[in-house]
Amino acid sequence: MALLEVHGLNTRFYTDDGVVRAVNGVSWEVDEGETLGIVGESGCGKSVSVLSILGLIPQPPGKIESGEVFFEGKDLMQLSNDEMRAIRGNKIAMVFQDPMTSLNPVLTINQQISEALMLHQGMNKKQARERTAELLELVQIPQAEDRLDDYPHQFSGGMRQRAMIAMALSCIPQILIADEPTTALDVTIQAQIIELVKELRDEIGMAIIWITHDLGIIAGIADRVAVMYAGFIIESADVKDLYGDPRHPYTLGLLGSVPRLDMGKKEKLTPIFGLPPDLIDLPSACPFAPRCDYRIDRCAERPELRTLAPRHDAACWVDITKERT
Amino acid sequence: MAAQNGILLEVKNLKMYFPIKRGVFQRRVGDIKAVDDVSFFIRRGETFGLVGESGCGKTTAGRCILQLYRPTAGEVLFEGQELTTMKGQKLRAMRREMQMIFQDPYASLNPRMTVGSIIGEPLEVHGTAKGKAKRERVQELLRVVGLNPYFVNRYPHEFSGGQRQRIGVARALALNPSFIVADEPISALDVSIQAQIINMLEDLQEELGLTFLFIAHDLSVVRHISDRIAVMYLGKIFEIADRDELYKNPLQPYTQSLLSAVPIPDPVVEETRKRIILVGDVPSPANPPVGCNFVTRCPVKMDICEEQEPEFKEISPDHWVACWRVTG
Repeated sequence: MALLEVHGLNTRFYTDDGVVRAVNGVSWEVDEGETLGIVGESGCGKSVSVLSILGLIPQPPGKIESGEVFFEGKDLMQLSNDEMRAIRGNKIAMVFQDPMTSLNPVLTINQQISEALMLHQGMNKKQARERTAELLELVQIPQAEDRLDDYPHQFSGGMRQRAMIAMALSCIPQILIADEPTTALDVTIQAQIIELVKELRDEIGMAIIWITHDLGIIAGIADRVAVMYAGFIIESADVKDLYGDPRHPYTLGLLGSVPRLDMGKKEKLTPIFGLPPDLIDLPSACPFAPRCDYRIDRCAERPELRTLAPRHDAACWVDITKERT
Repeated sequence: MAAQNGILLEVKNLKMYFPIKRGVFQRRVGDIKAVDDVSFFIRRGETFGLVGESGCGKTTAGRCILQLYRPTAGEVLFEGQELTTMKGQKLRAMRREMQMIFQDPYASLNPRMTVGSIIGEPLEVHGTAKGKAKRERVQELLRVVGLNPYFVNRYPHEFSGGQRQRIGVARALALNPSFIVADEPISALDVSIQAQIINMLEDLQEELGLTFLFIAHDLSVVRHISDRIAVMYLGKIFEIADRDELYKNPLQPYTQSLLSAVPIPDPVVEETRKRIILVGDVPSPANPPVGCNFVTRCPVKMDICEEQEPEFKEISPDHWVACWRVTG
């Protein structure tokens, strides 16, 4: 049994404009020490799916219609708020995209990190303060002890994200969920943060779920990748198989859309035409069909994920690897 | 670099300082040196990429060129004419030739105006077309950027991000400019939409013979679209080279670390790549270091780097570098 297993997760939002089908039957699992990358464009449901798992979806308007999430033999969906609180931030921790808005501006860095230590580990103020200094050192904040009583605005963007990571790691979680943690940062700072997370992963041996729209980052950090589109997982595979032999036309399209730094002469990109579908009236057809170059008549019926190669699933009627050769 | 042929735009020793004012009397206590002594030129018909991280002054440099900010010092020569001293009617006439595409397609289109009036406004301001002629020109422009000409009476909120950026491009093209400053035109868009816009800009350049200054933080995109690239850091240009030369033979340590930090979407390549991880953050432009601006983070700094600023010089044809380590 994997460390964390998600089966058939469905999340919807009941809005004035209609029912938004944000997450549609998503299943995946992550093993101990493994890094799962979830890739997709904005609005594809990648964040909502992990927020659902942790019970962080505002209800209403959101509603988790169905789904099971197994962690340590328990279904997280069945836990009470108190039971969930003992897991969240303790065994499963999260780092969000924007370190500016996810830190409390009127509390010092020490107060914010100590809070989790006192709540989950039963430390007193002094112990928590010492541990916080250690954690800040661990995430390579220079002169950590002198920075404990700083407020978030006294930190730079990269340092704030380090502080967020220190907070997430404070209780030595088994799983770290990182939701676009480097999107708001500059490239050189992004490289620092990714390197740091990799080092910490190998040191602590935690599993990571890394959510991003950036195929470059995923290529460097993930073991397995799930690609999402319109709330569905449309492909999942080991990282090298996904990039080397993409089995879904959307994945293939994404890879053709991004310019590569190591690309030789000026080659034309091959964009995906059109727009993603509206999640309010999702068709019963394959959600990617209107934009797909490989469309056939059968695409009027939505394909389920099927195994096309060892550890490689895609939701497509067409074997695009065969078509491409 | 002066009177070379085929140069459309030349920037010489451009400086843009924003004053820091303090106290009751708003006394000037210092300067933010957003752009600090920058020189480069852009050839007719090429795409010149300006890359750098946030706050390095790349957007300010672009705005100074269009005289949206009046520079503190330096020269901006467009087709040989000095813009920084130009005023009134004459400057307005020059502006027809130089247009801008903005980063955020949500903030740069007036939500209360129809697409027709947004794209038609420059035509009216410059008195080039009115009435039926204007409407026809607007429809033609919509077609050029790949939108349906019947969209003229719609409002920006009815469009997606990519479509809005197309409207922004149509507005920039309205007056048939020869030079366009594109300031992060795709960073607000999704990956699959970015490629659509990049391809459109490339096609338009070919058809209309446009010259682009392409400002962005994403080096992969800049390398893809540009002919030559300038790397900016803390108000200075550190290196300028041809797109392939910059990638294969980066000479300045910041350029090298920037190139190594960009992720490549290929797990096989990523596995073997060596990263130069810089320590620390960019210093404040209000208080840049003495000597080279990169000295606080440079992995290979020498004593002289802390004392004296390196000269920006051409060390091989078309390859310019500012670094004490590089001798040409």
